[in-house]
Amino acid sequence: MEYRIDYLRELESESIFIMREVAAQFENPVILFSGGKDSILLTYLAIKAFYPSKVPFPLLHVDTGHNFQETIDYRDWLVETYGLNLKVGYVQEAIDKGYVKEEKGYNASRNYLQTYTLLDELEKGKYDAALGGGRRDEEKARAKERFFSHRDEFGQWDPKNQRPELWNLFNGKKHYGEHFRVFPISNWTELDVWLYFELEKFPLPNLYFAHERQVFERDGMLLADCDFIVKKPSEEVYTETIRCRTIGDMTCTGVWKSNAVTIQEIIAEVATSRMTERGGRADDKRSESAMEDRKRQGYF
Amino acid sequence: MNHDIQENLNAELLRFSTAGSVDDGKSTLIGRLLYDSKSIFQDQYDAIEVSSRKRGEQEVNLALLTDGLKAEREQGITIDVAYRYFSTPKRKFIIADTPGHIQYTRNMVTGASTSNVSLILVDARNGVIEQTKRHSIISSLLQIPHLVVCINKMDLVDYSEEAYEQVKAQYLEFSRELAVKDITFIPISALKGDNIVTPSEFMPWYTGTTLMDYLENLEISRDRNFQDVRFPVQHVIRPNTDEFHDFRGYAGRVAGGVLRKGDDVTVLPSGHTSKIAKIHLYDQEIEETFPPMSVTIELEDDIDISRGDMIVKTEFLPTTSQDLELMICWFDQNSPLSYGTKYTILHTTKEARCVVKSIDYKLNVNDLSKDLENKVINMNDIAKITIKTTKPLVSDHYSKNRITGSVIIIDEGTNNTVAAGMII
Repeated sequence: MEYRIDYLRELESESIFIMREVAAQFENPVILFSGGKDSILLTYLAIKAFYPSKVPFPLLHVDTGHNFQETIDYRDWLVETYGLNLKVGYVQEAIDKGYVKEEKGYNASRNYLQTYTLLDELEKGKYDAALGGGRRDEEKARAKERFFSHRDEFGQWDPKNQRPELWNLFNGKKHYGEHFRVFPISNWTELDVWLYFELEKFPLPNLYFAHERQVFERDGMLLADCDFIVKKPSEEVYTETIRCRTIGDMTCTGVWKSNAVTIQEIIAEVATSRMTERGGRADDKRSESAMEDRKRQGYF
Repeated sequence: MNHDIQENLNAELLRFSTAGSVDDGKSTLIGRLLYDSKSIFQDQYDAIEVSSRKRGEQEVNLALLTDGLKAEREQGITIDVAYRYFSTPKRKFIIADTPGHIQYTRNMVTGASTSNVSLILVDARNGVIEQTKRHSIISSLLQIPHLVVCINKMDLVDYSEEAYEQVKAQYLEFSRELAVKDITFIPISALKGDNIVTPSEFMPWYTGTTLMDYLENLEISRDRNFQDVRFPVQHVIRPNTDEFHDFRGYAGRVAGGVLRKGDDVTVLPSGHTSKIAKIHLYDQEIEETFPPMSVTIELEDDIDISRGDMIVKTEFLPTTSQDLELMICWFDQNSPLSYGTKYTILHTTKEARCVVKSIDYKLNVNDLSKDLENKVINMNDIAKITIKTTKPLVSDHYSKNRITGSVIIIDEGTNNTVAAGMII
């Protein structure tokens, strides 16, 4: 008799182990929920980890006000179905109060302003661990990220001085005022996430599947037409069959031409794709180390 | 790449570590594995092409794929462990790519701690050098079950069998004292792709497998301990709802052995005994469980169990003791290991405090010699020490079980992880 489990079950088991460590080592953890598939996976794994108890962490959604409606609908369905505790932080509030300044012009996005609201909510909620759906295959700075990532009292990440992580032993010790970011699905790739959803038959937002939408082209990327983006006169809106590979704020989420309407078709597409999913994220394109710079400042 | 979903679902996970500097061709090798398994995306490739040109380099520098931090790119060195992923229809691979310089021994230890295989690169022109030895000794200390020595840059020695055999003999001579059970040699050229994915046409004298073939087919499921049942309790699940009123489940990840419904078990360190009533995997009930599964167990009797306790079978008991002998790698850059100081120690899901009773010797990682005179343990040093803990730890020798045999030591002032320890 051979005892072995396939790799998706091993990844699942590892992520569940991390979730349970968080529950044991921290007093007040929170799941950062963006509405994207990675944070959905994270939430689903948390449901599994503590069953039949309810998930012992609330979900925090930083709402830029520039969401796809489908994201909000899905979020509310998930919360209702699994009896989750949802907290929402509004970027609009920070703008109204003058804490942050709305960007202007064609490339204006609230993506950068999120960091303020996120850190503010973490402080207000006195959360000592924030679980995120970051994966190491996403981006080069993330390839060096730990499962338990220590942040100083300003929420900053010091990549050159990370705590070593060995075996299954996670050091969540911290001083007063410091907190941790925890990435339970670090070892999953985009393809793994899709394969897992296929295996588990867990429902996902419609945005991930091919549908018709009004779009326009900018810098070689397709964006969904909406009131939140100022279009240049040369940018023409037309109807296209598209889907999202990542879901963020509407101003910086590129959409892709696709006919994939099932997870199986998405998997076939992902497996043959020659572009990473973040290749469609305008926020990563600002400079070579855009992600590392944002992470240092406390971005997810 | 095969996209058959069923094949993907049945794939097994293999973790391997590599260590070395840029010049020994490690980055080129990783680049090639990623490239040949079609795991490099066009935009990633375009990005490093642009960076390479900015740095005034003629060719696309594949090392830039693995050096993720700004400081690393600026200095052209690897500082920290980077994790890389690729998959083939048979397996999913996680590469822990670690820096090889002596000042980064701690990062090498980190990357190696969870590996199934250690991949060691040797330049065919230079043979076994200090770095090769250090990497091998660390792999051996961490008891990585399989070691593969890639004798690289064969294209620069005219693909000569003699050159290969010479390096191999040199390595075997050195490795006699190592604890590694399984060593494989492969002559390769990472740059030209010889024996990486396809057999080399220039080395007909070599009849062994290619590197990819080796990684895809290596038997690893037997490396885990399926004999001695070890279940460290991680978290107690008590829903207190009407539906699950009396539910009391012990959540954890199996660290050793096979647990079945109905098995007699003992809880350590208390010594209470009971029987396994049910094993849960989310909302399913299963008959048996084994490493590395995360499950929730219910026992027949209502006994006092909390995080840090260990559920074991009544035969093959682990050691319960407050006195431990450890091989440690010291990580702290600010202060050396000190007698008398109390440190926090983490072992499986248990936390205790400890003091160092003796520093027995320091190990020279270049030649395995023991230094009994100089016992100042600084960053990156490896030493054998004896400690006493405030609570009994339920443990095994590291050679028997890497999970129940390992600890980390934490400085109580800075909260930093200052040492990795293996129980001997």
